[in-house]
Amino acid sequence: MDIFLQQVINGLTLGSVYAIVALGYTMVYGIIQLINFAHGEVVMLGAMVAFTVITTLVGAQVPLSPLLIVLVGTLAAIPVCMATGYMLERVAYRPLRRAPRLAPLITAIGMSIILQHIAMLVWSRNNLAFPQIIPLITFEVAGATITAVQIGIILISLALMAGLTYLVYRTKLGIAMRATAENAPVAALMGVSVDRVIASTFLVGAALGAIAGVMFGSYYGIAHYTMGAVLGLKAFSAAVLGGIGNLAGAMVGGLLLGLVEALGAGYIGDLTDLCRWPLVSGWFSERCATDGHLILFGSNYQDVFAFVVLILVLVFRPSGLLGERVADRA
Amino acid sequence: MIPRRPRYGFAQTALIAAVTAALTACGKKEEAPPPAPQETIVKIGHVAPLTGAIAHLGKDNENGTALAIEEANAAGVTIGGQKIKFEMMGEDDQADPKVGTTVAQKLVDAKVAGIVGHLNSGVTIPASSLYNQAGIPMITASATNPALTEQGFKNIFRVVGRDDQQGPAVANYLMSQHKPKTVAVLDDATAYGEGLANEVEKTLKAAGVKVLPREKGTDKTTDWKAILTKLKGRKPDAVFYGGMDATGGPLLKQARELGLRAVFAYGDGACTDKMKELAGDASEGLICSQAGIPVKAASQSFLDGYKAKFSADPILYAPFTYDATNLLIEAMKKADSTDPVKYLPELQKISFKGASGQIEFDDKGDRKDAEMTIFTMKAGVIEPLAIIKSGKSMTMEEYVAAAGGAAAAPAVTPAETPPAAEAAPATEPAKQ
Repeated sequence: MDIFLQQVINGLTLGSVYAIVALGYTMVYGIIQLINFAHGEVVMLGAMVAFTVITTLVGAQVPLSPLLIVLVGTLAAIPVCMATGYMLERVAYRPLRRAPRLAPLITAIGMSIILQHIAMLVWSRNNLAFPQIIPLITFEVAGATITAVQIGIILISLALMAGLTYLVYRTKLGIAMRATAENAPVAALMGVSVDRVIASTFLVGAALGAIAGVMFGSYYGIAHYTMGAVLGLKAFSAAVLGGIGNLAGAMVGGLLLGLVEALGAGYIGDLTDLCRWPLVSGWFSERCATDGHLILFGSNYQDVFAFVVLILVLVFRPSGLLGERVADRA
Repeated sequence: MIPRRPRYGFAQTALIAAVTAALTACGKKEEAPPPAPQETIVKIGHVAPLTGAIAHLGKDNENGTALAIEEANAAGVTIGGQKIKFEMMGEDDQADPKVGTTVAQKLVDAKVAGIVGHLNSGVTIPASSLYNQAGIPMITASATNPALTEQGFKNIFRVVGRDDQQGPAVANYLMSQHKPKTVAVLDDATAYGEGLANEVEKTLKAAGVKVLPREKGTDKTTDWKAILTKLKGRKPDAVFYGGMDATGGPLLKQARELGLRAVFAYGDGACTDKMKELAGDASEGLICSQAGIPVKAASQSFLDGYKAKFSADPILYAPFTYDATNLLIEAMKKADSTDPVKYLPELQKISFKGASGQIEFDDKGDRKDAEMTIFTMKAGVIEPLAIIKSGKSMTMEEYVAAAGGAAAAPAVTPAETPPAAEAAPATEPAKQ
């Protein structure tokens, strides 16, 4: 049971990061029906900038508490990511807003490759050890351990989700965003500055991405210029799982995907151990007698779960778990 | 209005000027003797991942080859009556078997005289059959999977040990020092990681140690928590991981975060000082093995030359790529030809004292009497604990005293070598 609980804790932490990244995808999609495939790279940039700032501060032995240093790192990463997000929209998407759907998708992929290689030139191709300066404090919960960083990630994610929900449903900008999502030309006629609203959507998404990047770096202690690609794809899967374009969907999808991954990786080996299934173990009795195990799918299939989920959702429920939008938008 | 044509002409002129300037600059940097028109250029290919998670190791390998070539050119080599200028053709295989065969074909098409590489076993094995078809000698300085030299290819060599030597070495050390009852064996699902993990598992099981069902990540895994949580429930006394440092670092760090107290042991791919950086304090006490001598035990002339050229210390396999390159050059000199067909027989029967000691090949192309070294991470650097050669274990000091001293000690190096003066260029042939 404690093992199960530990996997759930791991899954929730990972899922919180996915959820924050997924929000960036889903907000942009909700407004202009564009999948911003460069969003994963924005997250990577966030981690990289924070890495540089934190390493510099630690190296210079600035008399600040570790928590404050990470905060400074995050505050430095946010504007860089926001600028990148704005630049993406301005350079790669706005000129193509009336172009066929495929064109901005291709520029998105192009921008993602460009950003990745810029990061490679700036931060080298090495694995960077993201400084984990927040002291390792662990709490025991029914046999499972949870670290302060994990608690922090989960709580900050929840706070960000609440904040974003407030922004979208309770502020003037949020109303403008929803109006633009509903029908951009009509919103423009009503006096909404569509360009500005779309740009601010990118800015908000990128800021969330920056925070997610710092979270990912502090959690795993590693940053690499290619880290955004897989993270982005998984968060995209999470967004689709929850129903792309739907804010609550991205949050639920992210958390669910994190859980599926952690529990899947933790148990798939045991579940597909053919020697444990009386029905088939007879066929492999020799192998089972010598080795004791015949595992069909090992935990290296961890990364596959996200994409299996993506395929299943697209086949059986294209609008996602919470998506009420019709499938023709997908 | 200024017509367009002159502008076009200006652009062309500028381009030509720039190219000429660049070429001149390049020529100057090489500090070659005054350009002799009869100089023949011989290309030596080097392949390793220069991008991706283990690019630092790939670059280290390439530096070894670059250094050897620079020294050979500086010393001046004449083969077949012609002055030879060696050039390195460095390629990036991204540690990916698919890219590996593509760049292998590129090197074959470019008609390189010999190849040093690749770094990863999983990439080297498929690429080796292309080199075999083309008849170009290939020497790997780091691919340790036994399957590479079991293919029966006559032109494939390796200057490091094999995993069926390395696996037992590290497993035996683990058993003798820590006496684990239960060991978890993990790998990264690559030819190298899985192969090495299999050898370790075999040795452990033969000695009656309980081995948990194999857990696998990939060569890009950063999140090991699910696997580690599962392991924690099974309480292994030791964990062995077959994989590279880029994945091994996070593995170790996350294990300690989850409160896993087992002893960790890694293979050569994760046996670098970078582990301290990647795993932090969790790396303390890590046991790991290398399929060769420790970098620090390489010849002083190599270490000094490397430091002078790259302002950094070699990381892992640079002494071996350096030796591999020199072996190719040496065989060409002996055969007095740069034609692979002619110099291959010389390479097969070569006896050469390189930066990593005496090198001779057996019938399969493996290095005879390859050393294995067991390390432990102490205060942030990997410290060699024992060097194992021909079944005998010795300390680093004993090895250096035996091999690096003024005279080669007969107990370690079977072939008689004359006193190798430390100042002599490493390309200088060792007389039989």
